[in-house]
Amino acid sequence: MKLTTLAFGAALAVSAVSAAWAQAKEQFFPVLVYRTGAYAPNGVPFANGYVDYLKLTNARGGINGVKVIWEECETGYATDRGVECYERLKGKNGGATVFQPLSTGITFALTEKAPADKIPLITAGYGRSESTDGMVFKWNFPLTGTYWDAADIILQHLAKKEGGWDKLRGKKIAHIFHDSPYGKEPIPLLQERQKMHGFELTLIPVTHPGVEQKAAWLQVRQLRPDYVLLWGWGVMNSTALKEAVATGFPRDKMYGVWWAGAEPDVKDVGDGARGYNALALQHGAEPNSAIVKEVLAKVHDKGQGTGPRDEVGQVLYMRGLTAAMLAVEGVKRAQERFGKGKVMTGEQARWGYENLALDQKKLDALGFSGVMRPISTSCADHRGATWARMHTWDGKKWNFTSDWYQSDEALIKPMIRAAADKYAAEKKIERRTPADCQS
Amino acid sequence: MLYRENGQFKTSYTSDLQVFPIAQDRIGIALLLAFAVFAVPLLADEYMFRAILIPFLILALAALGLNILVGYCGQISLGTGAFMAVGAYAAYNLFVRIDGMPMLLAILLGGAFSAAVGVLFGIPSLRIKGLYLAVATLAAQFFCDWAFLRIKWFTNDSASGSVSVSGLSLLGWKIDTPHEKYLLCLGIAIVFAMLAKNLVRSHIGREWMAIRDMDVAAAVIGIRPVYAKLTAFAVSSFIVGVAGALWGFVHLGAWEPAAFSIDRSFQLLFMIIIGGLGSIMGSFFGAAFIVVLPIFLNQALPALGALVGVTISTAAVAHTEFMIFGALIVFFLIVEPHGLARLWSIGKEKLRLWPFPH
Amino acid sequence: MGFFLETVIGGLMAGMLYSLIALGFVLIFKASGVFNFAQGAMVLFAALAMARFSEWFPELLKFDSKVLANVMAFVAAMALMVAVAWLIERLVLGKLVNQEGITLLMATLGITYFLDGFGQTVFGSDIYKIDVGLPKDPLFLLEGTFQGGVLVNKEDLYAAVIAAALVILLSLFFQYTSTGRALRAVADDHQAAQSIGIPLDRIWVIVWSVAGFVALVAGIIWGSKLGVQFSLALVALKALPVVILGGLTSVPGAIIGGLIIGVGEKLAEVYIGSKIGGGIEIWFGYVLVLFVLLVRPQGLFGEKIIDRV
Repeated sequence: MKLTTLAFGAALAVSAVSAAWAQAKEQFFPVLVYRTGAYAPNGVPFANGYVDYLKLTNARGGINGVKVIWEECETGYATDRGVECYERLKGKNGGATVFQPLSTGITFALTEKAPADKIPLITAGYGRSESTDGMVFKWNFPLTGTYWDAADIILQHLAKKEGGWDKLRGKKIAHIFHDSPYGKEPIPLLQERQKMHGFELTLIPVTHPGVEQKAAWLQVRQLRPDYVLLWGWGVMNSTALKEAVATGFPRDKMYGVWWAGAEPDVKDVGDGARGYNALALQHGAEPNSAIVKEVLAKVHDKGQGTGPRDEVGQVLYMRGLTAAMLAVEGVKRAQERFGKGKVMTGEQARWGYENLALDQKKLDALGFSGVMRPISTSCADHRGATWARMHTWDGKKWNFTSDWYQSDEALIKPMIRAAADKYAAEKKIERRTPADCQS
Repeated sequence: MLYRENGQFKTSYTSDLQVFPIAQDRIGIALLLAFAVFAVPLLADEYMFRAILIPFLILALAALGLNILVGYCGQISLGTGAFMAVGAYAAYNLFVRIDGMPMLLAILLGGAFSAAVGVLFGIPSLRIKGLYLAVATLAAQFFCDWAFLRIKWFTNDSASGSVSVSGLSLLGWKIDTPHEKYLLCLGIAIVFAMLAKNLVRSHIGREWMAIRDMDVAAAVIGIRPVYAKLTAFAVSSFIVGVAGALWGFVHLGAWEPAAFSIDRSFQLLFMIIIGGLGSIMGSFFGAAFIVVLPIFLNQALPALGALVGVTISTAAVAHTEFMIFGALIVFFLIVEPHGLARLWSIGKEKLRLWPFPH
Repeated sequence: MGFFLETVIGGLMAGMLYSLIALGFVLIFKASGVFNFAQGAMVLFAALAMARFSEWFPELLKFDSKVLANVMAFVAAMALMVAVAWLIERLVLGKLVNQEGITLLMATLGITYFLDGFGQTVFGSDIYKIDVGLPKDPLFLLEGTFQGGVLVNKEDLYAAVIAAALVILLSLFFQYTSTGRALRAVADDHQAAQSIGIPLDRIWVIVWSVAGFVALVAGIIWGSKLGVQFSLALVALKALPVVILGGLTSVPGAIIGGLIIGVGEKLAEVYIGSKIGGGIEIWFGYVLVLFVLLVRPQGLFGEKIIDRV
């Protein structure tokens, strides 16, 4: 017995030493994806865009010479599998740089674990709205916007359509949402605006996976709302549009969030979805952008494309591309402080994400002109930008149909503050000091 | 030769009624427990703890609870996920709303609430049997799914419906490293396994088995079906509720109702079928199998592919996992319908004769 | 009043769609005593086959006619389902003769996982289209009497007619053909049927093939309505209460059960659900079944459960 313990101990010691030897030479990005399950149609293009950008980064010479490596892990949109993927990948290859779960449920679970492991979480366009407040949520980065921003911008657009906020009084708005934290996030903001402007808000939840919507749309038919907000994901979106066709609800009165406005949601319905509007999280479908041309040339033409060629430039593909771009740029920014050409740890990358300053010049140089607007984060603001616009499906493609909007800071900032304070009180976390912000 | 009880004479009723009457068994279990408590923490790394050992222990506990209901009492239940959810949310509410509530007490009381709900949804079993009961318990599953999404009070009025717990401690000892969490789950699992083992050997356990084998005949000889069935539901739901609370508190940290969906119920049912119905040991075997297999396949398939020179995409790996999982279940059911526990006891029987052939 | 009618009609239609899937369950249980949890996966697999074949055949064989593509895809998908039925009988059922109900149930769950994974590996996990020419636009009746008219979904109407036709066909099949009689004999007593010379394995292949055919029809209709994707397999969970309510061994029971569950669910969701926050559809069906079972433990039309002690 003693001999085997000695042997085990020796083996442990050797492996520990060799682990120290295996110093990180490359920047490791774990990629949590869902390529199977009810949400696969939307998860696949995002994952392909993300990985393609990482490949492009290597083709461009890495992050100031540091090569990028990645590993995909299938979560199937399930929280416990997401947690298992996180545990498996967080220490691999010298340590994970950043996690992007693409699921609000997994985000909630990882928000508890990431601070202890010192790995930042980017939740670009989803996650907890209150994690904008970086003084409480040190490790969460809801870059480019949250659901409160999304709901606010849709309402701004509707108000503009009607001719002013006061014209919304008495109008009926139905919020059809996926019955999960994702779908419920915007409700506080919708209710705030309802109090302010006096429109009628009806909440209609749809149980996962969202294929059973007949009763919901019967209610819509009875209600005869002026507008329907669609907060779905995966199959729920195309089913909603099909049910709208089947009950004769005009699609141009439907407004989806930026996760309900992509090709997989409307392709099937084709002409039937004509007129359906959705939020575009800064970018829409951008087949003619410089970055897409570069990806096609440097990745797909070399036979390295992750997904099919005709997917490049579609809405969710671009979403994945921009998410990866933000991840890489944060590391680049961190290198400016901690050493150019060196591999960044999670903690150093976190500083990079907190001090992102991507102006239009830099974005254009990266190939994102016309695709992204400037984004700049700070200690108090982990969101960085709140721009969005509307795009509409014309039966064949998405076209931009509105100006740029920004969410109303005056309304949202106090809500974020209150929610973040509530979280801090519950978890007994101290608000960060300005001195801590400098470190 | 080694596994014989020669010379082991029992001189009192107590020693005759031991759980492990054979000394070799006692030694074996003692070694296993010592290994689990002392050696595993030294050998396992953080990933092993967080992703394999802790889920294994918690799900083994839940499988134990389900085994009491399905394996010992014969009532098929597909609502186990719901009972886990009740345990988790009840423990959460007690922990968060009452200042200074000790974590362990919150977990146990969560189990008690789950037992109450279990009895409520167990009442149909007095009238409905077999497959019909299985589908009736699905009512519990879906109702609880809905209740925890809709009724805000359960989630402490959180806007998103997601809840989280932190600051676990036992008798003043903070539990925040994986090592400590593992020991906590191990302790609770061992205690409940011992309690369950003794419970099924007692008269209530015999009543359950009589109901399972022939419920009409059992009623004829004087066993009260109401009492037996409802106590089975109560005990089973208590254990399942405690497991659910542990799953939320210790393993996930933050969860929403989807963590306890129907997939979880099916997963637990698989565990007890593969592990062996009507066997305490079998719950642990089944849980180990079901927890380790997907992770093993996830790692092994790309490695195998690399050997042959083929890169397998994550989607293909996930789909192949499904296929192999399904095929293995069918294989096990064909080869040994009584589960791994039966293989284990066949092994022990062969060991009794070893090295002789008969 | 108009809206109430609309909800009832919508519920009846939805119920017919559920009963399409429920028929598969009932068929297999009636003829082999196995509760086939894999029915949902079979519906998905059949629908995937149909959707993908109707895409691939025109590409491979270079023709344009949609009708021909659909017909060829149907034939190919049916052949695939027969092959699946034969494999299931050979590899799973044949080896598990005489096992307890729960073992067979678990085996079908294993088949579910296998079919899910296999279907997605071969056919993919995107949303695929089935277009058999079913109309998508709504029909508005009685526009004079009720404001806005009563909405009837044309696609659902076709589906209801097809489901009714299937039920009549299957009932006739069971009652009046020799194979139908053989199936009923096997359901009654496996050993007795074997002893009079009925080939058990061939009967089971026939049963699973017929169930596969029903799954294919259900898959086409549901797939045409919702698009074919993995989540289609989860619709089977909505058909389970229908099976239980109607009784596991009754074909007309599947239809009646479907109608009751469909109407009950929709009415509950629209009238009660809107008061308490919504989303109650899925558990309402199950709770309804629970209460009916308390009164009639064998379902509405099922065989009375007789325990021999």
